[in-house]
Amino acid sequence: MSKSRDRLSNEINAGSMADIAFLLLIFFLVTTQIVEDKGITVKLPPWSEDEVDPTKLKTRNVFSVLVNAQNQLLVRGEPANINDLRERAKEFIVNPQRREDLAEKPTKAIISLKNDRGTNYKTYLEVYNELKAAYTELWTEEIQRKYPQYTEYSDDLPREIRREIKGRIPFVLSEAEPTNFGEE
Amino acid sequence: MAKFEKKRGKSSPAISTASLPDIIFMLLFFFMMVTVLRDASLMVDVKTPNATELTKLQEKSLVNYLYIGKPMEKYQSTYGTSPRLQLGDKFSTVADIPLFLEKHKIKVPEGKRPRITSSLRVDGKVTMGIVQDIKTQLRKSNQLKVNYSAKPRVD
Repeated sequence: MSKSRDRLSNEINAGSMADIAFLLLIFFLVTTQIVEDKGITVKLPPWSEDEVDPTKLKTRNVFSVLVNAQNQLLVRGEPANINDLRERAKEFIVNPQRREDLAEKPTKAIISLKNDRGTNYKTYLEVYNELKAAYTELWTEEIQRKYPQYTEYSDDLPREIRREIKGRIPFVLSEAEPTNFGEE
Repeated sequence: MAKFEKKRGKSSPAISTASLPDIIFMLLFFFMMVTVLRDASLMVDVKTPNATELTKLQEKSLVNYLYIGKPMEKYQSTYGTSPRLQLGDKFSTVADIPLFLEKHKIKVPEGKRPRITSSLRVDGKVTMGIVQDIKTQLRKSNQLKVNYSAKPRVD
């Protein structure tokens, strides 16, 4: 009798351990959300009180994009569609036909973005995305020409190569103080 | 012969489940490692727009989050329906940003401070007015690395 009691108390039933662990597992599964931490990284210009004088720039070197409160685009003074924005920006920066009204050279090209306080954030980000995409595509073309071993431009490339490419086609996007016509 | 038979009859055919908890624990630890507990519960509706030119935020500890969007339904009676800024776990105004940034900054080792990024999680329907005010405030606070949070778009 005493012998069998000893044997019983020797092992604890571990069967319910799995249940406890499952409970914890389900708790963590339900409470945690995997946040996708992706986005468009932007470097804001340092704050300065004095206004920049835009008249110093030649008009041919400035690619102005205006977005109004109705989310309509005005590119270089004329209405435009967001779907054409990327191609137009690319053409402006490289200027393959050496046209008089487009940028002298990529290092002098400046993209000026101006929006209204009533512009939708979604539209703003789409426009920004298109402009950035134009540059990424140009960088990719450049890198394929110079370094055929790389197929596309990405942040994983060696730093010197990225710096060289960006030195040849620098990303210059200046954002003007927004207008205040539309309803917020 | 009889000895063998006796032994076989005694051994139970049940599979031991003792290692099951270990397997479950392994799963549990895996999920605990990969998921990030969000320290703040959202009080504003944020549905970030889609974009293609995305970069991934590397170190989570170097990121502070600013949420902008319409207050959720249960807060609308007190805070209205116009877009608001949420810092940490409470509704804030633009003037609260410098203190918020500073509070985050002291938790980061000094050498890593230039790499601090502000993640703007802005709802797509928000107008640029409030976003612009926040951007201006970030510039004044010398927090220039900003990430506009967006979802990948397939096209």
